[in-house]
Amino acid sequence: MTVIAEPSGKTTTPLKASKSGGSGPKVSRGGRVFSYSFLTITSVLWLIPLVWTIYTSLRPEKDTQKYGYLSTGGSFNFDNYSDAWNQGGFSKYFVNSAIITVPAVILTLMLAAMVAFAVSRFKWRFNVALLILFTAGNLLPPQILAAPLFQLYKHFELPYSVSDSGSLLNTYYGVIAANIAFQVGFCTFVLSNYMKALPHELTEAAMVDGAGVWKQFWKIILPLCRPALAALGTLVVIWIYNDFFWALLFIQTGDRLPVTTGINNLFGQYAQNDNLIAAGALLTAIPVLAIYVALQRQFVAGLTLGSSKG
Amino acid sequence: MTTPQATVATDSTPVSRPAPAGKRKKLRRLTGTDRVVLGLMVGIPTLIELLLVWGPALFSVLLGFTDARTDIDQPGGVNFAGLDNYKFITEEYPPFWPAVQHNIIWLVFLAVIATPVGLFIAVLLDQNLKGSRIYQSIFFIPVMLSLALVGIIWHLIYSPDAGLLNSVLGTAGTSDQIDWFGDSSINLWAALVAASWKHVGYIMILYLAGLKGVDPSLREAAAIDGANAVQTFFRVVFPAMRPINIVVVVITVIEALRAFDIVYVINRGTNGLELLSALVVQNLVGEGTQIGVGAAIATVLLVISLVPIIAYLWQTFRKEEER
Repeated sequence: MTVIAEPSGKTTTPLKASKSGGSGPKVSRGGRVFSYSFLTITSVLWLIPLVWTIYTSLRPEKDTQKYGYLSTGGSFNFDNYSDAWNQGGFSKYFVNSAIITVPAVILTLMLAAMVAFAVSRFKWRFNVALLILFTAGNLLPPQILAAPLFQLYKHFELPYSVSDSGSLLNTYYGVIAANIAFQVGFCTFVLSNYMKALPHELTEAAMVDGAGVWKQFWKIILPLCRPALAALGTLVVIWIYNDFFWALLFIQTGDRLPVTTGINNLFGQYAQNDNLIAAGALLTAIPVLAIYVALQRQFVAGLTLGSSKG
Repeated sequence: MTTPQATVATDSTPVSRPAPAGKRKKLRRLTGTDRVVLGLMVGIPTLIELLLVWGPALFSVLLGFTDARTDIDQPGGVNFAGLDNYKFITEEYPPFWPAVQHNIIWLVFLAVIATPVGLFIAVLLDQNLKGSRIYQSIFFIPVMLSLALVGIIWHLIYSPDAGLLNSVLGTAGTSDQIDWFGDSSINLWAALVAASWKHVGYIMILYLAGLKGVDPSLREAAAIDGANAVQTFFRVVFPAMRPINIVVVVITVIEALRAFDIVYVINRGTNGLELLSALVVQNLVGEGTQIGVGAAIATVLLVISLVPIIAYLWQTFRKEEER
């Protein structure tokens, strides 16, 4: 979802680049008028679905029934939000999303960084084969894995003290593991490119001082990867939070669903109440939009760090 | 679900080249402990990747040749069934060919409409326009949302009696109201417009980065040679973005094959919205579970997906091999 430039190993985003102005050609006045009008019209069109969702969510259903959805009559309040929150069980969904996302992101970054370190700092015979294995795994449509993974989880016996289904089905572990396996490929690829660009003298010197491989990784390389890890971390948080499929496949009881999959239940249950659905949709989007604001800053920080390094 | 991800190799702006392979540490210079540690660092993630991604992918292919119905541990056992499942899906299973057709339409729509629109917006934003950042932020918002949520938000636009579109057309609540997501002759296109809402912003972001990476002297040279803006773009700038063009092609193809969440939210991928990914899931959950049939459809999807994946890997790792 973003562009990680390699081989400079510098994380970058075009959102920042606008600050220094575009790189494109100088354009005539007529060209500019066209550009502004096209962009303005298109971006207004782009905002309509969101604005409409916000507008609908703020109006009570009975008022929209009375005046029509495309109207300004009636009252405006946040009742749909509290109704969606209570009837949709959002507090539970959000907790579930956190239970799944937080460990999945941390473990994904950790595992990816370990492979990336080994592949980028040492000469292996199977370096490229390994990278291909990880990168390609990330590009497969997840539905291809659905039947065997479901069977694997179903027949993977766990004590009832760990899982009330006696297997990996209907557990957070199952969803977390599938998310990790699916995201680790991309992170490995990006981090290995980033690590390749770090000077080899750093770890050489540490090795002369007698530092073991783990110490070189943990104390030297990983801290230097902080900007890349921060940028990747934000992305993976959003991707895993947005995951719909794994929870749909593995979680059978509604009280364990993460919010992205759970909203579908609300959608099915209250199909006739668009006002409630609009409020629920926006509640689901809030964490992502909050991260979106923070993410831009995160990227700017990463970029300045990357460029000051040369 | 996540959007397919890809990494762009902007060869045009190398800051520091990776050290040549010969300079890297040789394994034999490592102590025993270090070897074990390194082995674990590579081994654990590789095992997870093999166990949860590649193993299941291969096992899907195997299951497609069996008569597995509800479980691999079913009464009577799982028997080899040859090409029975493939015969069934191609000859007797009604939604299969519509799904293939819809996946192709999905791909063509993204490739011919959504991706070029994203590129066009990126080119416009790449000029020194005021407020460029605001425009970018607006186009980028849908990219942050899950496709499932995109489906729900667009339901509010499309719904027959309460939707914005029918309200604006004056057909809401009348007998002329159009059920954009429910009418099987149009719902694929309605879903594609919704999916493009997200796809365009994604492509725009990729190309904005690509355009910043193009060497300005190329444009100056073209301008001196008397090329106009359109010529400069198509003959100089666009070819110079080759690495990003490849990534965009791969993303567009993979996205078309992966499309699932949005149709599943709308109607579980039925009644005009059949897609291969949705058929796989329909055969795995609920009544009428036919694991063998689902796995056969998954195998078809796997084989098709491997084409862009291999092309992408070949482009990306060819240079790496040469190093």
